[in-house]
Amino acid sequence: MIPILRVKSPGLHTTVQDLGRDGFADVGVPPSGAVDAVALRLANALVGNAPNAAALEILVSGPALEAIAESVHVAFVGGTAGVSVQDAHQRSVAPGRSVHLKQGDVLKAGMIAGSSCGYIAVAGGLSVPRLLGSASTYTRGTLGGFEGRPLRAGDILYGEVGDSAQGELELAAPLDSEFDAPIRVVLGPQEDHFTAAAIEAFLAATYTVSAQADRMGFRLEGPVLAHTRGYNIVSDGIVSGSIQVPGSGQPIVLMRDYQTIGGYPKIATVISPDISRLGRRSPGAKVHFVRVSRDEAEAIYRDEEAAIAARIADLREPRERASINLDALYDENLIGGIINARE
Amino acid sequence: MTGVRFLPAGDKALLVEFGETIERALSERVLRLAERIKELRLNGVIETLPTFRSLLVRYDPLQTSGATLENEISAHLEDAGSAHDEVRLWHIPACYDRRCAPDLDEVAERTGLTSDEVVVRHSGTRFLVYVVGFAAGYPYMGDLPSELVLPRRADPRVRVPAGSIAMATTLTGIYPLESPGGWHLIGAAPIRLFDPNWERPALLRPGDFAKFEPVDFAEYERIRAAVERNDYDVPFTMVAA
Repeated sequence: MIPILRVKSPGLHTTVQDLGRDGFADVGVPPSGAVDAVALRLANALVGNAPNAAALEILVSGPALEAIAESVHVAFVGGTAGVSVQDAHQRSVAPGRSVHLKQGDVLKAGMIAGSSCGYIAVAGGLSVPRLLGSASTYTRGTLGGFEGRPLRAGDILYGEVGDSAQGELELAAPLDSEFDAPIRVVLGPQEDHFTAAAIEAFLAATYTVSAQADRMGFRLEGPVLAHTRGYNIVSDGIVSGSIQVPGSGQPIVLMRDYQTIGGYPKIATVISPDISRLGRRSPGAKVHFVRVSRDEAEAIYRDEEAAIAARIADLREPRERASINLDALYDENLIGGIINARE
Repeated sequence: MTGVRFLPAGDKALLVEFGETIERALSERVLRLAERIKELRLNGVIETLPTFRSLLVRYDPLQTSGATLENEISAHLEDAGSAHDEVRLWHIPACYDRRCAPDLDEVAERTGLTSDEVVVRHSGTRFLVYVVGFAAGYPYMGDLPSELVLPRRADPRVRVPAGSIAMATTLTGIYPLESPGGWHLIGAAPIRLFDPNWERPALLRPGDFAKFEPVDFAEYERIRAAVERNDYDVPFTMVAA
């Protein structure tokens, strides 16, 4: 375990996440984990990690991180804006590729564009205590990740290893946020608490992601959904994707840091692959729900898992240098030795 | 078995629903099925979450399917519990001193009892832990004696201190951490309810029993200091489930 990165500025809400913790719902601990689990897995793959390695999740705007180890292999996935590396060249690094940082280089992830979340993975994974089987941060419970909280300026991040010898990689095709894709749901478990008209409206409507959208849940705005037997039920279990409808009639999609039980009827459940798709959307974005059967949902999940595995198998050496800046490219030729010091 | 419904909860979970109310008999069936599923080690089951009236079963669709699991679980709905003939009965130190019990007088007034009578009834009841949720380690316990049943507070508090013993409707609970809360605060327990470093991170688990043992304020402070030093274990006895 060695110190690898110093947080110069933390970004809006930057936390350590992996794929989440299972097995503690019965004592009130939700899974947490990456909102966009696909982006996390791809970022990890780009630096040679297992899918579940601990990485940084960035919401809306990202941190500036200074490499304090001799060299650090990092990758960023999420949206369409890349990150910059402040070294002699001010390199721009496209999303979906990895880059080796040298000691003193600053990786800067500004505003994320084309998604509301992004992931910075480091080779070997971030080293934080694994609490209840996971490195994920559950901020409401002050549990896991980096001291149970978002990063602050001055924090020192440790890695499991120093740099890896692995070369830089990129995705063969960018990760599309799919803002227009319908969000697929399985009706239930309490669709019988809603009128037929409410279910029809729920599936016909275009909802808008409200300003109240965070790791706990996304409140949506759209047609008011009428309950048949009131809006209170005896609390029962929640999962990622549960769509609760409280008395306001406005749905709330539970994301990763939800309360494990809830007392509002759940009209439907977002299928797990589409939680990542929804999680990329920011306040103001549109959401249209489409119904699938449970069998279809399970088949979609299996297909999407295969698609992620195929993307990882298709990782390739970058076609371009980690720059879109011709001056920087020119400089690189003159002082290539510094660039190549990573090798 | 009559009345049991399987309800889908997306592509990775299903609910086994035994009813729609809070009743010991339903809870017992939920808890028994949770134990049984653990024993059976059904392929692809990730975890179960018992609540008052239903069991949430999370699964991995790469290893099983909802339809397969429903068939497997259906065959075991009638199984008798075997693993846990005995469960823990926790003896929880409870300070009902007014310094710890901001709502005790109001509860007494609204129930038409004296505050001592509220304490006698609350501490004289053996509660079942139905569910642990809301916050990590928060036990939903019941049932309160009917004289103590009150609706939630009209104005929820923004901050309820950790350790507060609370009651509302037919239930009582203890706040593991400071948090917002809408229940009536009638005492405080100087104990730790949740610690992610424990092998069993929650002190109270669904199916356990709990009884509040009154202590005075000096004893409350003494135990609290001992808890701080990691020098106190909440006593329990084993009792028939």
